[in-house]
Amino acid sequence: MFNNAKLVTFLIAEDDPDDRLLIHEAFQESRVSNSFNFVEDGVELMDYLRRQGKYEDPASSPTPDLILLDLNMPRKDGREALAEIKGDPRLRYIPVVVLTTSKAEEDIMRSYDIGAASYITKPVTFDGLVEAIKGFKQYWVQIVCLPDLDTVRE
Amino acid sequence: MNDQNRKITILFAEDDSDECLLVQKAFQEIDTAYDIFFVPDGIELLQYLNKQGRYHAPSSAPRPDLILLDLNMPRMDGRQALAEIKADPDLRSIPVVVFTNSHTQEDILRTYDLGGAGFIIKPLNFEGMREVVKVLNEYWFEVVELASGERVKSIKSRLLTLPSSS
Repeated sequence: MFNNAKLVTFLIAEDDPDDRLLIHEAFQESRVSNSFNFVEDGVELMDYLRRQGKYEDPASSPTPDLILLDLNMPRKDGREALAEIKGDPRLRYIPVVVLTTSKAEEDIMRSYDIGAASYITKPVTFDGLVEAIKGFKQYWVQIVCLPDLDTVRE
Repeated sequence: MNDQNRKITILFAEDDSDECLLVQKAFQEIDTAYDIFFVPDGIELLQYLNKQGRYHAPSSAPRPDLILLDLNMPRMDGRQALAEIKADPDLRSIPVVVFTNSHTQEDILRTYDLGGAGFIIKPLNFEGMREVVKVLNEYWFEVVELASGERVKSIKSRLLTLPSSS
């Protein structure tokens, strides 16, 4: 439909291994042929984005075009990580989409307020998750333009 | 997934009236209840959101669930309007999707840097417009949870009505 030649890199922050597997499968099911990496909590997410600790080698931490963020994670939760990303001039241009089981109005409100690009409640069924990922992909990969990271870098 | 019975409000800031008509037509083909309001520039966009001037009557300017924003408009352009919306604590939770003819990397980067929730280059024909509107509708109103005006208000009033100690 539109210029779709570019490979989009997603970074997914999710602490639950079952959910990671489900998201992974839902991405494959909805034919998102893009690359994606997982981190397991907010500390790892920030290490990845800032290329610290085990993510020091840029080859292990390609800059994501978009971040999918769980809210409830150990060590550093998604709310805190979101605030840090949006407060950092070198990271804030990366759109962050919250993907969480929380339906709390306060979480929805606060996520948008801190700068989430959108908020998705994890569907309870696998089919629902596939549908959501499909809608997500159509929007962010097919019709939306994301910053060209090569121009951002320098 | 959102409650399909709730009426969705979209605010479209666009100075070209042909473009408004095209978007309206594309939205009419979608089987979702929504209201779409148009403002011709950034000044009116902010007046609408702040219920000022001719948008003083609350019914004339319901809080939008989503803002579609052209970048190149007279008086106040979309870049400045986006910066003002995202700097305003009462307005910043409304997602703003840029909808423009601009193809520049500078505009794309700035949109996300300021807090835009998407950058869409206007399709060249109605067929393309229909496709874009279909995807917009499916994503924002079927997949995403929005911080709707009512929710924003109810949380705020809850926070404000603290019991007095006397």
